[in-house]
Amino acid sequence: MTTLSTTIGAIVRGDRDVFPPYLYEAYQSTRRRAPTLALVDVPLTISELTGPGPAASRVTVEDADLTRNAGTGHEAIGQRIIVTGRVLDKSGAPQPNTLVEVWQANASGRYIHKNDQWPGPLDPNFLGIGRCLTDPDGVYRFLTVRPGVYPWKNHPNAWRPAHIHFSLFGPALVSRIVTQMYFPDDPVLALDPITSAIPNDTARASLMSAYDHTVTEQEWALGYRWDIVVRGPAATPSEDARQAPPEAGR
Amino acid sequence: MSAPRPTDATSAATTLTKATVSTMAPSLGLTTSQTVGPFYSPALLRDARNVVPGTETSPARVRIEGRVIDGAGDPVADALVEIWQANEHGRYNHPLDRRDLPLDPAFTGFGRAGADDDGAYWFETVKPGAVPYDGDRFQAPHLSVTVFARGLLNHVATRLYFPDEPANDADPILALVPPHRRATLIARRAESDGNESSGPAVYLFDVVLQGRDETVFFNV
Repeated sequence: MTTLSTTIGAIVRGDRDVFPPYLYEAYQSTRRRAPTLALVDVPLTISELTGPGPAASRVTVEDADLTRNAGTGHEAIGQRIIVTGRVLDKSGAPQPNTLVEVWQANASGRYIHKNDQWPGPLDPNFLGIGRCLTDPDGVYRFLTVRPGVYPWKNHPNAWRPAHIHFSLFGPALVSRIVTQMYFPDDPVLALDPITSAIPNDTARASLMSAYDHTVTEQEWALGYRWDIVVRGPAATPSEDARQAPPEAGR
Repeated sequence: MSAPRPTDATSAATTLTKATVSTMAPSLGLTTSQTVGPFYSPALLRDARNVVPGTETSPARVRIEGRVIDGAGDPVADALVEIWQANEHGRYNHPLDRRDLPLDPAFTGFGRAGADDDGAYWFETVKPGAVPYDGDRFQAPHLSVTVFARGLLNHVATRLYFPDEPANDADPILALVPPHRRATLIARRAESDGNESSGPAVYLFDVVLQGRDETVFFNV
């Protein structure tokens, strides 16, 4: 049994009740990459309250269908799923016209990438990449196949829970977020140091999709719903910091 | 978001109600961050933006070169670097920046590059103009730089400033950085090869994630 007791660093960007620390030794790659000096608190200026989001918008309808966007004329193998949800700010306001980029392993847990060499079979009809813009209600939607669980070398018998990587710009530079969406009832989630680095169950729950039968389409695909909440230009890190427990000083 | 201007008592009451509801609405929890991991490149680099669109013919064109380095001094070969900046007149291509300054719609101000096996990345863009800080003061020309990588559970945010820029001395953000660490935010001008026609000015900017000469990262 893998133990997840680990050294946890003190350096956190933003709200330490929400965001993982940079150093989380059980996730070995953090050890040489985590900043060790305090982040410098600065006021948000026009440089952070603007951002590339509104200009980053080159997508086609085909980009959102990962089951067919390899362009081979054949469909990817795997359990077909619909992944949809809304992009909101903290006040609940929908964030329209936001670029959502995704990437994932195929149904057997293999990425098309030169550095992924474990013997899970590749699927010639699956690239594992997609993108779309949110609609006026902040809604994104992808058709894909459920990604497989895959091994990695972080510790003995280590497996990453099934996940889809998400990258979003949002309305401002402070909205920028890269994260991962997980599936409910994944047996290896509790053994995963990357999700264990998240400071508490509430924040961890922010990455869990939910099966939604109203999204499921008859004789076609299972539906999963996952909403994403990004910082809007009104939210500042100091506001977030004020919500942190008093002992969590920087 | 600004509420519509009330034109009579009824709409004023409506506006007030909306404002009250908005103030009392529960705040949603932010979605947390996870690492970009090692396999992002087919998705995020198919539209690599080493050359910021709209800069090709600008006289203010500059080239940025640097490496992303870890705490052991090793290259971070799977780093993703993004830049965001104002144009050469100091205006951001963004709906919130409505100042009366020239705006070239082709110039997005956004660049995205992957590091190579040596941890090296590059951009071609323009040197931005100064941008406002508050009513009185300006910020020195700078690029906002965001770095993602396997092992970074959260991205890091820093800034690139230009050397030999007198405005740096009065920059309100640099002033918040401990003086002995400011140099990590100021690019170095590369030695010219003597051939002035050989291309744009080159600035060198390494991002050191950890250890000696660790780059200053901001809590933004």
